[in-house]
Amino acid sequence: MGLTAKSSGFNVLKESFNIDIEINKPVIALAGNPNTGKSTVFNALTGLKQHTGNWPGKTVTQAQGVFTHNNQDFLLIDLPGTYSLLSNSTEEMIARDFICFARPDLTIVVADATNLERNLNLVIQVMELTDNVVLCLNLMDEARRKKIRIDIEKLSGELQIPVIPTIARENDGLYELKEISYKICTKQIKITPYKMKYSENVEEAVEKVLPLLKTRLNQISDKLNLRWLALRLIEGDKTVLESIEKYFFKLSKNTEGQVLSCGSNC
Amino acid sequence: MLLSNLPLKNSGKIIGLTAKGEQRRRLLDLGLIPGTTVMAKRKSPSGAPIAYLIRGTILALRKEETDLVEISP
Repeated sequence: MGLTAKSSGFNVLKESFNIDIEINKPVIALAGNPNTGKSTVFNALTGLKQHTGNWPGKTVTQAQGVFTHNNQDFLLIDLPGTYSLLSNSTEEMIARDFICFARPDLTIVVADATNLERNLNLVIQVMELTDNVVLCLNLMDEARRKKIRIDIEKLSGELQIPVIPTIARENDGLYELKEISYKICTKQIKITPYKMKYSENVEEAVEKVLPLLKTRLNQISDKLNLRWLALRLIEGDKTVLESIEKYFFKLSKNTEGQVLSCGSNC
Repeated sequence: MLLSNLPLKNSGKIIGLTAKGEQRRRLLDLGLIPGTTVMAKRKSPSGAPIAYLIRGTILALRKEETDLVEISP
């Protein structure tokens, strides 16, 4: 058998996502629909310090960069732009697996303020997966030009997560974004997002599946969002099981520090 | 009527999806939710895919996909 979850643990997860864990920085993931100015936010936050890398075995590039706020360094990961985390395209699986298994300290969802309705689908999905979520409402200048008014406080109140309006191109709102990221990563603020409740029969099914998952995944149950996993299984999503196996049970490390996949009989 | 039969420059309202499983999930994630207004904007030279305006974004959809979306004109 491969390494157990205990011995492979969290670090391998981060290494398998190509993250430098030597430097102990909080990890922040940037998620969002395509064309929301995610990369502009990324560049505005990291300046010229960014460098790009590849996800092992994937052709989709992933950018990482560092920014400093209040003398604290943060590692920022630019995830592929997606409309969803659940449709199982390569990009979506990368974004999902990163938030689910590498468990960043914070996920910033960048949304297009001119097209909020479409963007909220992903926001809700991320909120279902992790508690530490901030909504970055980008392209506020475009929204103003189109005479779209957004009640930030009300939006934040309903989602129960911080909402920061930005114009990334003009560096507007980025200080606030860094400040809130700092406060969340240093645990000065705790976020408890609104959680979607489903119809009675779905909730009943979740109640039935949860105890089974708790027993079966005992070793790693504290490293996973079991309710989210139960919902995926009810939906018939098998890729999430493959990912669990991949990240928790088949990873082992050779001396060069490369992550290798270990067969089921080793 | 099926979305695939919607003439260019015309709009319709989605009343249901006959897609199942992953494909249904995908269409819903793209914003094709019952009640959504869809407008056929542009056709590619070969006739497919067709670009539709859906919830503020233009998306190109194949006929195999639009065959699975029911609309009322």
